[in-house]
Amino acid sequence: MSDQVKLEIRNMTKLYKTGDGVRNINLTVNLGELVTLLGPSGCGKTTILRTVAGFLSCDTGSILIDGKDISHLPPEKRPTAMVFQSYNLWPHMTVYENMAFGLKLRKIPKPEIQRRITEMLELVKMSGFEKKYPNQMSGGQQQRIAIARSLLLQPEVLLLDEPFSALDAKIRSQMREELRKIQTDLEITVVFVTHDQEEAMALSDRIVVMNKGSFEQIGTPAEIYDHPASRYIADFIGEMNFIEQRDGTTIAVRPENVTLELGDGTGGDIGGYVRTIMMLGHFYEIAIGTDSGIVKAYVSAETAGKYKRGDMVNCYFEGTYRYEPDSEKKKEKIAPA
Amino acid sequence: MSFLNPKRWYHSLGKRRFYEALLLIVFILFFYGPLLYTFMLAFANKYEYPSIIPSQFGFQWWNYVLNQPTLVKSIGLSFEFAFATTFISMIICLPAAYVLARYNFPGRKMVMFSFLLGNAFPKIGIYTSMAIVFYKMNLMGTFTGVLLIHLIECMMMMIWLPTSAFRNVPANQEEAARDAGAGPLRTFWYVTLPTAWPGIAVAAMFAFIASLGESTGTLLVGLPYYRTMTVEMYGVILDYPSTAGAVFSLILIAPNLALLLLMRRYLGADTLARGYKMG
Repeated sequence: MSDQVKLEIRNMTKLYKTGDGVRNINLTVNLGELVTLLGPSGCGKTTILRTVAGFLSCDTGSILIDGKDISHLPPEKRPTAMVFQSYNLWPHMTVYENMAFGLKLRKIPKPEIQRRITEMLELVKMSGFEKKYPNQMSGGQQQRIAIARSLLLQPEVLLLDEPFSALDAKIRSQMREELRKIQTDLEITVVFVTHDQEEAMALSDRIVVMNKGSFEQIGTPAEIYDHPASRYIADFIGEMNFIEQRDGTTIAVRPENVTLELGDGTGGDIGGYVRTIMMLGHFYEIAIGTDSGIVKAYVSAETAGKYKRGDMVNCYFEGTYRYEPDSEKKKEKIAPA
Repeated sequence: MSFLNPKRWYHSLGKRRFYEALLLIVFILFFYGPLLYTFMLAFANKYEYPSIIPSQFGFQWWNYVLNQPTLVKSIGLSFEFAFATTFISMIICLPAAYVLARYNFPGRKMVMFSFLLGNAFPKIGIYTSMAIVFYKMNLMGTFTGVLLIHLIECMMMMIWLPTSAFRNVPANQEEAARDAGAGPLRTFWYVTLPTAWPGIAVAAMFAFIASLGESTGTLLVGLPYYRTMTVEMYGVILDYPSTAGAVFSLILIAPNLALLLLMRRYLGADTLARGYKMG
């Protein structure tokens, strides 16, 4: 991953008649980087992606790839390729024809097309599927072909719009891994859109957390996880406990940073009783009922064995965040205690 | 043969189904009866009242009809109009249908609705008003005049069915084609059309059949120069024996039947059903 800027979005605004949309978007993506736009439905992430692809025009601002302004080009002339959530492949064409479509338009000779397709199918582990039709394949297989098809176009920027959201969980993580491997091997610049924070954390070099049409925070997954800039982000990423304070501020702490000890429920940073103990695979989640709501703690199996429902416990926090009461402007974050 | 005994039927089917079956049989006879009768007449060489069934079967009347130059000419003309109508209506309506499917412009619903109006009023009223305009424009008794009448017939189907067919092409697939480097026209040809064609095929079938069957308007505008099969039919009923009429009827019905069977065979019931969707 280099420092050379591949994609730049400058002061871009795109508003719909309903008032939704995105305002004053500024973003640079470096060569070989995978940047994810993360946020709930309606936050504008797909709008930005489609503007880069050329399916939407921006009201103001510009989009540059390799320093060249592409904002006025139609989709077929832009050096981007997009993979949608569904309905990527053309159902009346075989896998081979689907993949050859773009290459034929570029007047590449037939033997070369054949060679490239065979190579690409190997890369996405779909060799031998040339003559199959999309409806003969599973969702995951179809998405693999869709990605392969886009890669064949050798785009400067690859755009992915929630490509794995329609697949089941097991396949999703498999696809994530494969995509990341291909992306890093080939050094492709990628903009990825998703609402799944786990996916964003796993895949990205950098994450852009969005809310209501603007960027709330940009950073690496670790930066965002360890230093969420606002209560919204703290809530959105990973699991977080929120404890309302009497002065209106909120203290937040990650469940894995909560330690328990048997006590009378009045000591520690907060005290309460054990409500539930849930087994979540290789660790346990213990929910403590307190005066300020439920506090969750992640503990090892060994630790969990020491507690049972109804026990009074004291909770100790390690590394907390404080957020100002809810308002339109960004929240203040105080360094961990 | 005791199982044909209605009493046994009654008891095996149960009261309700027995009467339902009876009703169905009556309905089928009522519906197909005249058709069967026509069929029988068309192949009757000798048919004398009061016998119910002809005494002799043969192709005599077919020979007769096919040797009447005016009648044969009308068959050719009917098909000419049918092909012309289908072709021209597709050229006019398909681009319009695409726009109506993809772009939500103000007044879109009104435009879609306006195409229903042609079928909302009694045809003779519409044709008479058209005839008045045609007189002023010297279109009476011309090929174009009759063609226009035929086009009105199929407008509704040619707009509504293809619009729904285009709407059912997932936008992502068209966008994927643009993304891959295809311009709007290429995308339409390689992606939109192949996916939407059942709806368009059904609409074309309707247009063809509607044109073949159009009678009142053609009579009004086409006489005396352009006489399609339907127009000639009026004369045939009056001037020729009923057996000749039966033959001519079958000639009229045959293309419809053939088209339906062809469609069913090559498109399959599934695709046909999809094509009929108008949502």
